[in-house]
Amino acid sequence: MMHPTLDDRGIEVIIGNLLRAGVLAAAAVVVLGAVIYLSRYAMRPANFSTFRGEAAALRTMPAIVKGAAHLHGKSIIQFGLLLLIATPIARVMFSVVGFAVERDHLYVVLTLIVLAVLLYSLLGSGVA
Amino acid sequence: MTILAFTVLIALGSFVAGFLGALTGLGGGVVVVPLLVLAFGVDIRYAIGASLVSVIATSSGAAAAYVREGYSNIRIGMFLEIATTVGAIAGAMIASHVTTRTIAIVFGLVLLYSAFLSGRPQPDVPVDPTPDKIAAALKLNGSYPAGNQMRSYTVHRVPLGFSLMFGAGTLSGLLGIGSGAIKVIAMDQAMGIPFKVSTTTSNFMIGVTAAASAGIYLSRGYIDPGIAMPVMLGVLAGSLLGARVLVKARTKWLRLVFSAVIVVLAIEMIYNGFTGKL
Repeated sequence: MMHPTLDDRGIEVIIGNLLRAGVLAAAAVVVLGAVIYLSRYAMRPANFSTFRGEAAALRTMPAIVKGAAHLHGKSIIQFGLLLLIATPIARVMFSVVGFAVERDHLYVVLTLIVLAVLLYSLLGSGVA
Repeated sequence: MTILAFTVLIALGSFVAGFLGALTGLGGGVVVVPLLVLAFGVDIRYAIGASLVSVIATSSGAAAAYVREGYSNIRIGMFLEIATTVGAIAGAMIASHVTTRTIAIVFGLVLLYSAFLSGRPQPDVPVDPTPDKIAAALKLNGSYPAGNQMRSYTVHRVPLGFSLMFGAGTLSGLLGIGSGAIKVIAMDQAMGIPFKVSTTTSNFMIGVTAAASAGIYLSRGYIDPGIAMPVMLGVLAGSLLGARVLVKARTKWLRLVFSAVIVVLAIEMIYNGFTGKL
């Protein structure tokens, strides 16, 4: 049997690589959105000094997905950012599996608590 | 200014911030918010939303590299994330109930404190050899590579570290930063965890902490695609490059310059907060 910390590290390396892939995928989506956004708005004047809050179409997951499907630049950027926000959540989910494989029941429970807090924040805020 | 010029300039500024943040270990997030607010006149709420997103990108993007080095302790990280994520939600809640002037002043004070911490030498705290019951029960004790052997360490003062982590999470949720400096203090100074283990474990916790408040910021309309896009891409590219070219010999000098920049930005944030220019 392997030393427990070695198991930890093996699982962690896999998770780390998945996370990096997730970040790069999110960045690619953001770049795609940026191209469409800039092709449309590049020459308009920039005004970000007054806070208006985003339109409802850019604030919730279903609306963002809908806008992205219609190839709206801003919606695609926002979709990429959603993918990015999902990467740490995915990491916590993978860790639950990792600890379950190691039969570390205490840490399965502790990790599920972290996951519950993250999901509570996401669902409670009305994004999902 | 046109949107194209604005996007390119912010992407360049964020790239430099991410690059210097990675080289000095201070993180790019701390200078992105003052850069957007002071140099580009962006509303601080949009600046915080964009910074929060870039913090997640840096943390998740670097995770694989840190794990390979073998320093980070996933059990310490996961256990303390219970405190940082709950704190982050509290911070995001507070953010909607205080004025932007108050946020600017708190931000300035946190900047000053981070600059102070980075200017100070970071010796490993003498390790208390008596075992800690809570740390043992939570299986927090671990080992890390030192030379060609593994050196084991024990963790102490778990309740104190846990409380400090709640504070770090609150500041992260309130200001849209990673709070890496405070996370490191909680682990290294309070819990007696070796410095290398503290910094790498902190990096891995930063993304999860930021994700806890990002949903709240998005639903409130604080995350603007026009600002978050160049900031996220710029900081990510800068920090990935910074991690590659990290030259140990020059970091001391760089840290000093970067700390000086942070102090100037901090004073300007506090001044603008008091005079109500934000």
